[in-house]
Amino acid sequence: MKIEEAKRFHKIDAVVVGAGLAGLRAALEIAKNGHQVAVITKVYPTRSHSGAAQGGIAAALGNTSEDSEASHVFDTIKGSDYLGDQDIIEFFVDEAIKTTYEFEHMGVPFSRTADGRIDQRPFGGHSAPRACFSADITGHVLLHTLYEQCLKHNVHFFSEFQMFSLLIQDDICRGLVAWDIRNGGLHIFHARTVLLASGGYGRAFKISSNAHANTGDHLALVLEQGLPLEDMEFVQFHPTGLYKHGILLSEAARGEGAYLLNGKGERFMEKYAKAKMELAPRDVISRAEQQEINEGRGAGKDKDYVYLDLRHLGKAKIMERLPQVRELGVKYLQVDSIKEPVPIQPTAHYSMGGIPANIRTEVIKDAKGTVVAGLYTAGEASCLSLHGANRLGTNSLQDAATFGRVAGHHMSAYIGSHGYEKMIDNPLDLAQKKIAAFMEGKGTEKHAVIRDELQEGMTKYVAVFRTEQDMLKLKKIIKDLQERFKQVTIQDKGGVFNLDLIEAFEVGNLLAFSEVIVEGALARKESRGAHFRTDFPVRDDKSWLCHTLAWVTDKGVKLDFSRGVTIFMDKYPPQERKY
Amino acid sequence: MAKENLKVKILRYNPENDKKPHWQLFQLEVDSEFTILDVLNEIHWKIDGTLAYRRSCRSAICGSCAMKVNGRNVLACETPLAAFKRRPLKIEPLPGFPIIKDLAVDLDGFFEKLKRVKPYLILDKPVPEKEFLQNPEEFEQIREAAMCILCGACTSSCPSLWANEDYLGPAALLKAYRFVFDTRDDGADERIDIVNDKNGIWRCHTIFNCMEACPKQIKITEYLSRLKVKTVENSI
Repeated sequence: MKIEEAKRFHKIDAVVVGAGLAGLRAALEIAKNGHQVAVITKVYPTRSHSGAAQGGIAAALGNTSEDSEASHVFDTIKGSDYLGDQDIIEFFVDEAIKTTYEFEHMGVPFSRTADGRIDQRPFGGHSAPRACFSADITGHVLLHTLYEQCLKHNVHFFSEFQMFSLLIQDDICRGLVAWDIRNGGLHIFHARTVLLASGGYGRAFKISSNAHANTGDHLALVLEQGLPLEDMEFVQFHPTGLYKHGILLSEAARGEGAYLLNGKGERFMEKYAKAKMELAPRDVISRAEQQEINEGRGAGKDKDYVYLDLRHLGKAKIMERLPQVRELGVKYLQVDSIKEPVPIQPTAHYSMGGIPANIRTEVIKDAKGTVVAGLYTAGEASCLSLHGANRLGTNSLQDAATFGRVAGHHMSAYIGSHGYEKMIDNPLDLAQKKIAAFMEGKGTEKHAVIRDELQEGMTKYVAVFRTEQDMLKLKKIIKDLQERFKQVTIQDKGGVFNLDLIEAFEVGNLLAFSEVIVEGALARKESRGAHFRTDFPVRDDKSWLCHTLAWVTDKGVKLDFSRGVTIFMDKYPPQERKY
Repeated sequence: MAKENLKVKILRYNPENDKKPHWQLFQLEVDSEFTILDVLNEIHWKIDGTLAYRRSCRSAICGSCAMKVNGRNVLACETPLAAFKRRPLKIEPLPGFPIIKDLAVDLDGFFEKLKRVKPYLILDKPVPEKEFLQNPEEFEQIREAAMCILCGACTSSCPSLWANEDYLGPAALLKAYRFVFDTRDDGADERIDIVNDKNGIWRCHTIFNCMEACPKQIKITEYLSRLKVKTVENSI
């Protein structure tokens, strides 16, 4: 199949890539401000992975016990292991309250306290019950409510469109090119502003909580434009992934009081976080689980998992507050958590790193903060950096929604004061080349085989515990896979719903940013938050209290550590992190 | 891990080559613990890259992978192969929707119907400084209906819809219920005007297929019955 020209050309004020919480909240803001906005998403909007978030959305409402913004700020800073930018965190915590009430006014069905207010539950690393929730389907109801609001405000959806390249020249973004999955063919979107809000990349790992769609395509396309990514070595492993599947069992289970047990039936968190126990942050608990397993105290034949135990919560509480958690255990492992503890293991879950951006969500291209005009990013795709080296549970839904709104606000202002920039020459070239290689190439490599080898390597060599030796092995694996990937061709040569093409494209993207994760993790010779080096087991603020910027060049990955962390020394000086 | 030499028939249709859908038999070795989605992935990744189907979350919350397996509408990701005895296993797209390719169906009409019931909170009153108050019992009225993942399994299983494609169908009506019974909402009257129509709530003949098909076990028929009562009350 030859693609001579674009199927369609769209000229529109704003294009939002991704229809999760960040993308939809931004689109809603832009539409309410009277501008035209198109959302492109590789799935249907209600299929976005924000909907899989279960436990809650953080805001210091103080509905069920004393709470304060200051406490939320400090918890987030400490959770980030002091890599979070404190100006961003203060701004976020303050806006979070507004975002949450807005959600309620939009009709989000929240679980309620006896006196009718939004109910709140405890969550790891938060020192007060701060997670506003709807049973254990919080992300789902937030996502659906935003989608409904977008329908009301005539946001235009391009569902099942896959972004294939960004159109950036002279540090100005002019739009993007996307493939129409359903009908085949490339579309050009000429836009005044573009928001990259297409989430995370858990599919780079074999054991992952993420959806098939979470392949971080936007990260690879940003690298392709010669722009950097930030702090990519910080990958969150969630402590309660369903054994072997990696599917998420909500932290809400522990928020409601569930225990973690090793193979001997011991509540092992006592040894690792005596004060917080099962409500320590995720990085701490995932390491504790992995250590139990590594030291032979895991459960099962291969001693390679531990247990999440809900039994003492009782049937009534489990059915009312954690129905999905129970259902997942029953359906995937045939384990009913009312009667038995559930086998779990750490699972790749969330990316603290991403596309570097400032407090206005404008994408930046260097350590000085030079802005790429018209290009914005929000949610898991972005790195502001709100979460630093480790994110606290329930801060991600709030991040996506709050900075989605912030992005929508700034994009609207930009639209109000800027015309359309000239379209670049031959806008389809990049995308067409990629498609032609898969469709018309002569190689015999299969994308699924390469993906499996990558996922295997990432889960084995750059997970909860990392060493130089392991990561050097992985670096070589990735280099070899990148070479082999050039020989990938696809079986499906058609236009309509060509899943083969989309997957081949995705695997190329996984390979591009996985190299950046490994190089960052190799270079950062310290342990901070989710990045733990057994060969450098302590945090080193003297050398490493800085962000990582990484570019992919012809000569390999280029790293820059000159972007400092914003720290208010008078208020929140770095301290030892203990739970 | 136990293995099975599985025979599976999939209803194939590619509009670029085929005049009409046809069955194709695949034979492959699978783990007996596989889900239906695992089977499809295995075929797509190792045998036939041209197979088209939708999937994303793998955990029964995104609603992408509803399809018909051995005569039942299910989510492929959460349904174990072991749930079906009959072989060859038969997998086909959700009935009642136009096929785009293989197992991927056109849901545009489904989402258009959702839009018709005004699926968003309608407010006449000003919003409070903090949250609207709603007690746990009031929340409980809408909790289950809000679990709907819009997978289409219910609507696709509804005989009333097969007979009349203009019928709003269970998913859209459940959405109407979810807002009509939300104590914060002021739009009940206009929404009831929409469902009180020959293609609206009265075409639900309490056949219960939707409830049986719902992967979230939502008591759809019960909620639609409450919506009927409310519609009658409103017109008196």
